[in-house]
Amino acid sequence: MSKPLSFQSMILALQQYWGDKGCVILQPLDLEVGAGTFHPATTLRSLGPDHWNACYVQPSRRPSDGRYGENPNRLQHYYQFQVILKPSPADLIGLYLGSLDAIGIDRAKHDVRFVEDDWESPTLGAWGLGWEVWCDGMEVSQFTYFQQVAGHDCAPVAGELTYGLERLAMYIQGVESIYDLAYNDAGVTYGDVFLKNEQQFSAYNFEAANTEKLFQHFKDVSDECRALVARGLPLPAYDQAIKASHLFNLLNARGVISVAERQAYIGRVRDLVKAVADCWVEQGK
Amino acid sequence: MKFLLELQSEEIPARMQAAAAEQLRTRFVDALKAAGLAHGAVTADATPRRLWLIADGVAAASEGSAEEVKGPAASAPAQAIDGFLKKTGLTRDQLEERETPKGIVLFAMLRREGRTASEILADVIPQIIRDFAWPKSMRWGAASHSTAAPRWVRPLTGIVALLDGDLVACEAHGITSGRETRGHRVHAPGVLSITSAATYLEQLRAAHVLASSAERRRIIATRAAELAAGAGLSLIPDDGLVAENAGLTEWPVPLLGRFDPDFLSVPCEVIVLTMRTNQKYFALADASGALVPAFICVANLDATDGGAAITHGNQRVLSARLSDARFFWEQDLATVRAGGLEAFLPKVNDIVFHEKLGSLADKVDRVAALAKWLCENDVVPADPAQAERAARLAKADLVSATVGEFPEVQGQIGRYLALGIGVEPAIADAIRDHYKPAGQGDDVPTAPVSVAVALADKLDTLICFFQADMPPTGSKDPFALRRQALGCISVVQSTGTRLSLRKLMQYFTDICRLSISDAGWQPKLLDFFADRLKVQQREAGVRHDLIDAVFALGSEDDLVRLLARVKALQAFVETEDGTNLLAGYKRAANILKAAEKDGIGEPASGEGDGAEALLAAALATALPTAKQAVAEERFTDAMAALASLRGPVDAFFTDVMVNDPDPGIRARRLALLARFRDAVHGVADFSKIEG
Repeated sequence: MSKPLSFQSMILALQQYWGDKGCVILQPLDLEVGAGTFHPATTLRSLGPDHWNACYVQPSRRPSDGRYGENPNRLQHYYQFQVILKPSPADLIGLYLGSLDAIGIDRAKHDVRFVEDDWESPTLGAWGLGWEVWCDGMEVSQFTYFQQVAGHDCAPVAGELTYGLERLAMYIQGVESIYDLAYNDAGVTYGDVFLKNEQQFSAYNFEAANTEKLFQHFKDVSDECRALVARGLPLPAYDQAIKASHLFNLLNARGVISVAERQAYIGRVRDLVKAVADCWVEQGK
Repeated sequence: MKFLLELQSEEIPARMQAAAAEQLRTRFVDALKAAGLAHGAVTADATPRRLWLIADGVAAASEGSAEEVKGPAASAPAQAIDGFLKKTGLTRDQLEERETPKGIVLFAMLRREGRTASEILADVIPQIIRDFAWPKSMRWGAASHSTAAPRWVRPLTGIVALLDGDLVACEAHGITSGRETRGHRVHAPGVLSITSAATYLEQLRAAHVLASSAERRRIIATRAAELAAGAGLSLIPDDGLVAENAGLTEWPVPLLGRFDPDFLSVPCEVIVLTMRTNQKYFALADASGALVPAFICVANLDATDGGAAITHGNQRVLSARLSDARFFWEQDLATVRAGGLEAFLPKVNDIVFHEKLGSLADKVDRVAALAKWLCENDVVPADPAQAERAARLAKADLVSATVGEFPEVQGQIGRYLALGIGVEPAIADAIRDHYKPAGQGDDVPTAPVSVAVALADKLDTLICFFQADMPPTGSKDPFALRRQALGCISVVQSTGTRLSLRKLMQYFTDICRLSISDAGWQPKLLDFFADRLKVQQREAGVRHDLIDAVFALGSEDDLVRLLARVKALQAFVETEDGTNLLAGYKRAANILKAAEKDGIGEPASGEGDGAEALLAAALATALPTAKQAVAEERFTDAMAALASLRGPVDAFFTDVMVNDPDPGIRARRLALLARFRDAVHGVADFSKIEG
């Protein structure tokens, strides 16, 4: 077998593949988000009748998953590769399998399986049907046909593919720790690039973040979001909703939101997203 | 003729395939019946990528039919006649006029021509697809611009419809039928053209698709067992897992993998659960039945390297999962080593048992008090202090990291943690077993401490929900109260536990201060137990009316005694003596009912003579005998005492006229019948007995 792709080569290969299939290759959203789905290129663009095909890498932050760089499988900051195709094309599964071929997974030797997994995001008020994609028993992608986003029926339905890049790379490269991944072919590892980041942000997420200020920020961005919706500016308003979501995740990691309050906070973020989406859909008519 | 229908789609969830195949079969058979098209055997089945159906012996055409429809009178207004013509699609001169007693009436002869199978099927297929009901369905693709777009479980990608070798042309969900299908994604990636219905299964097999789910299950089960045996191990059988893997594969290939034996420090239930639920692997055991560090996964292809890479990959995934599990387990062990299982209890306070019924910690307090009470009152032969402690610790593991990750192993983790720090085995076992029996066929705890906690836990749940007026209604039983009651019944029956439900409910009322309360909850809960008992005993052939007859006495609230009584009663009423006595009882009860309405009056003195005296004498013996026998729980003897009354009662009704003109004598005879009725009621309320 030829030398496995480095982390960055794998990203380039995916971009090349989906770019060739007609996707706009976007760059990451410049805000902290929990997953690639939050990018307006997915959330807002999955609403409304326009055709839309895009792919992008999205740095994703899940403050509670930080392990100070000590766990070989968990990160508070990681990368997703996101593909959104609207309307969902015929044989999307075939297209997806082609992307696995493109990053060097030999499907005559590996077992790729589609296991039922219905996706739901309480924060985005969204759901869809699809699968977890398993490669030799490991989940390497999420595959979803969006049915509803922010309480709106998707018409047409978009197909969403999310690749967990670090997992996929660990699999392709056969390494046991994220930090040992070859980032490029010139000897730089994932640890060289990100270990310090994980250590410092774990400390920030769990210990240092000023919760009083975070609560205040949550309130401020919520107010700002509503004010912008009132001005008929759904895109800037959506930025504020995304910030609210991340602030909630940080507060949650700091352990200052009780179990009972959690649902209420998720509901507040969902309401913001819903208000933005209503405005966006209305303007799109 | 042989008919083939294949509905291709993207991967159908494994759990839905069997029901979908059955639904396809039923809809097809019903549709053909409605169309009058004869057929032979119909088989339907599924793979992850297709639902298919083959019908043998399909007739070439449906039979024609003729039907006579009566219309309005020939003299009816034109409007009525026009309506009839419209309905029948005929013209006036096609109607037949016929003399009837009501004058001349119009008749229509409707002739339906037979239709060819091909025509019928072309109608039936789109209808089946449109009407198909999936547990969850979705829209997709360009058509989903409309929210009224076609729905299927996942995108529908193709329809094959062949009658013998001929295409049945039809269209549904925007897809035109054809003969093209797909074989295995890797082994046969191209388009596969099906020649005829008869060659379908073999053509698929050649394209590495085993269309029969039964065959895939058989291959998985036998090949997995062979692999295990080849390694000197045995497969822990799991039919559910076989079926699930058969629903995830078109060409199943079991492979044997191994994991690091160090992981065996994690409780085996957790390992098995991780393998089964998260990875769909089979667990393996050695000759002694102990779990071994190996597994069998099922791939969906014959890999070019014989499965080496797939096995290696699955081993790595499992290893990462078991690392997580071990992390949680070791964290929990560290917690209990430092502070005992009690270290978890403060967090139990944060779990809401039910919003109206307080926290789980409140429940633990009540269950501990109940468990202790059960032992102190000699209901359960366990040390009260031990039972109380077991109850206090029984829910501790719910807040452990391991149970947080693997909720299914609640109780088992608590037991392992308890044993790990030297808690007495009786308490450790009670932590695990107090949830049992979890359903029909589950083990019933018999160790005294386990019995005390199991009963206390279930009774607390039942009493709380009834007290708060939240009993199950109809099909809604969100808190599984029926199962809890059945669990209680099983436990008391299999351990012969003697428990007065009334006394227990009274004690509970004393210790529990629920702010909301339904005043009538106690009789409702007793009735609920009676109903559960009837359901549970139905299979054993115990009559529900006899359970009612004993419950109706109002005094019987001990389930073990109640059942013994019911069984003795059943044996009795099915004898000739019993049937006759029941008839006598009903006659006496009816007479008394009528007489008691008007008042009976003062009875004359003396015992009368003949049959009257005979019955009085028989009652004088039978009444105390039956009463004593009941008190001593010799229910068969009590029935025998009643049986001795049969002759005298029959004689009384034959020879004696109750309604004597002398009101004193009448009253005396009525009083005698009342004594007879009371004697019977000492055993059961015979008025509830049917027949």
